[in-house]
Amino acid sequence: MTVELNFLAVFQDWPMLVTGVIWTLGLTAIAIVVGLTVAVACAWVRTEGPKWLAIPVAAYVELMRNTPFIVQLFFIFFGLPALGVRFSPPVASGIALVLNLGAYGTEIIRAGLLATPKGQIEAALSLALSKFQIFTRVVLPPALKKVWPALVSQIVIVMLGSAVCGQIATEELSYAANVISANTFRTFEAYIIATAIYLVLALMVRSLLNWAGPRFIFGR
Amino acid sequence: MPLAAESHAVPTIVDIAGLRKSYGSTEVLKGIDLRVARGEVISIIGRSGSGKSTLLRCINGLEMFQEGGLSVDGKSLLYDNATAMRELRQSVGMIFQSFNLFPHLTVGRNIMLAPTLVKKRDKAAAEEIATKLLERVGLEDKFDAMPDQLSGGQQQRVAIARALAMEPKVLLCDEVTSALDPELVGEVLRVVEGLANEGMTLLMVTHEMNFARKVSDRVVFMHQGLVHETGHPSELFENPKTTELQQFLSSLKD
Amino acid sequence: MVDFTLWDILRNLIIAAQWTVLLSLIAFVGGGLVGLFWLLLRLWRPGAFKLPFAIYVQLFQGTPLLMQLFLSYFGLRLFGVEVSVWVSVSLALTLYTSAFLAEIWRGCVASIPKGQWEASASLALSFGEQMRYIIAPQALRIAIPPTVGFLVQVIKGTALASVVGFVELTRAGNMIANVTYEPFTVFACVGLMYFIMCYPISAYARYLERKTHAVSR
Ligand SMILES: Nc1ncnc2c1ncn2[C@@H]1O[C@H](COP(=O)(O)OP(=O)(O)OP(=O)(O)O)[C@@H](O)[C@H]1O
Ligand SMILES: [Mg+2]
Repeated sequence: MTVELNFLAVFQDWPMLVTGVIWTLGLTAIAIVVGLTVAVACAWVRTEGPKWLAIPVAAYVELMRNTPFIVQLFFIFFGLPALGVRFSPPVASGIALVLNLGAYGTEIIRAGLLATPKGQIEAALSLALSKFQIFTRVVLPPALKKVWPALVSQIVIVMLGSAVCGQIATEELSYAANVISANTFRTFEAYIIATAIYLVLALMVRSLLNWAGPRFIFGR
Repeated sequence: MPLAAESHAVPTIVDIAGLRKSYGSTEVLKGIDLRVARGEVISIIGRSGSGKSTLLRCINGLEMFQEGGLSVDGKSLLYDNATAMRELRQSVGMIFQSFNLFPHLTVGRNIMLAPTLVKKRDKAAAEEIATKLLERVGLEDKFDAMPDQLSGGQQQRVAIARALAMEPKVLLCDEVTSALDPELVGEVLRVVEGLANEGMTLLMVTHEMNFARKVSDRVVFMHQGLVHETGHPSELFENPKTTELQQFLSSLKD
Repeated sequence: MVDFTLWDILRNLIIAAQWTVLLSLIAFVGGGLVGLFWLLLRLWRPGAFKLPFAIYVQLFQGTPLLMQLFLSYFGLRLFGVEVSVWVSVSLALTLYTSAFLAEIWRGCVASIPKGQWEASASLALSFGEQMRYIIAPQALRIAIPPTVGFLVQVIKGTALASVVGFVELTRAGNMIANVTYEPFTVFACVGLMYFIMCYPISAYARYLERKTHAVSR
């Protein structure tokens, strides 16, 4: 049998693809900014925070790391309304992605924090810096620098995982592919193109973060 | 005995002719000619980066060269012929600066591995070989020890025993004492000297000039990827002809 | 509308979870074999297979698993292979797993000192003998903790098979939530069941990790 592929039909719906890319990147950006903040806070709690907080944080981290993202997403989007907490699809997606990256990021950053030499902290203490200053200025930057490659990998994983958000009708890239395939009946082509775009996005986001990390996140 | 090497009655075992080797665009060996007679002990000296290790590694096929020829015991080296390579490596043993014992195997099994796999010796025969060789290097009580329980000098002696278990015709030694604490150098050199006296063909890169002078039949001075000067140790150390060798030798004195 | 007790929900989920387990095993074993095959090619002839290996790994690590599942599902059909969703899902998960395991294991092999390859080569061992007696035993020790850890990712990955209609734990959860109108309870139970499967494996992987590190120090 012969297989006819028609990629052009898919590209006629290019505005949908653009919207999809924007949503995918937007959700990823939110996950990076908020998720990494959550991760830093939780990593701090787990390394030097109060005990009563460390236990719930550990539970959160383990819960997220040992359940599938799609179940987390469904729980937030379909499950929480039963308690009267109702989110729109993009908001539910954003929350799920933030919580997910937050949990994985916590473990990664914690490993970096544990590797910080004690001498540096003592030196900083002798300079009369406050505890908060010591953490943000002395301990955190080298820890982030050390684990940045692992964080970048995790961010890419989270971005690729966001494809699942299309399942609750968030208009990200995989959702665009879904709609285009319904419009054109070019299902395979639509998914091939979307997949190729994901690949490009993954490579771009990775090199962008590798470039940005030393410049904006942890200095030099 | 030293002169025997130069007489043509003794057959050539390693024959290197016009050997050239580059890493990318940098040429490291620029046309090496060297014939080694059976039973000859050759020390290779020269500055860091002159290509000594590379030359040794070409001889047992760890590195590929681009031009020239190399044959061991009359068989030339063929990279893409697996059987030929296997045969070549059976006749050429190598001892490394960093010992490279297999950390997950006992000393005994380190030695027995290649004879059982490659030479198809049965277990009992291989065990006998290993025991004998360990005796020869003075480690008969270490058969069941793990490599990381041994000192550097002991590990290197095991490595020598391991190479000997294949009954090689030529033994290549690349700075075998450089990674050792000074007090452990002697025990390894004594083993090597024993091999030299027993008639093993040895090609060794060494920085131990006194040792080279004592055991070698011939010393080869390499400079910038070429055999720059070669001769009997007494003549080469006492009467270096080229200025490069003179400089090299005097740089060792201070 | 049917009345479901909590026990009814759990019982149905447990039945569905068996498919999750089975699918995970298929993906893990199949992915292990395919990954091993790639790794051996890569080690056997680095010159020829370095690039294809890198492309293979990048293709599967750089695209969403969900897309891979779709492509396998629609692709097989498009090319005239009429297969059940079982096959298309197993294929996608196997390839996905193989890419990750191959890359994990490549890293483990790369961490073995070059001298081990050279010493065994100089003893005239063939590539197969080097792998079997020298490299694999040493690589295996380092490879076990991350491999066990990746099993967790595989189990979680099977949840995406629900999207192409494969009835496993997540899909069953969806269906039960639709008939019971109790999505909160149902998805909480689904999550809990994944947690029960994954957490012991995660913890074990971490324990193994600590143990190998302690030994190598
Ligand atoms: N794998 C490699 N890739 C590129 N260049 C190399 C490689 N191995 C060696 N070289 C280069 O080849 C030259 C010769 O190296 P070689 O190791 O043979 O020197 P050597 O005489 O043994 O020196 P040393 O006394 O320091 O051991 C050096 O300039 C080195 O930088
Ligand atoms: Mg050298």
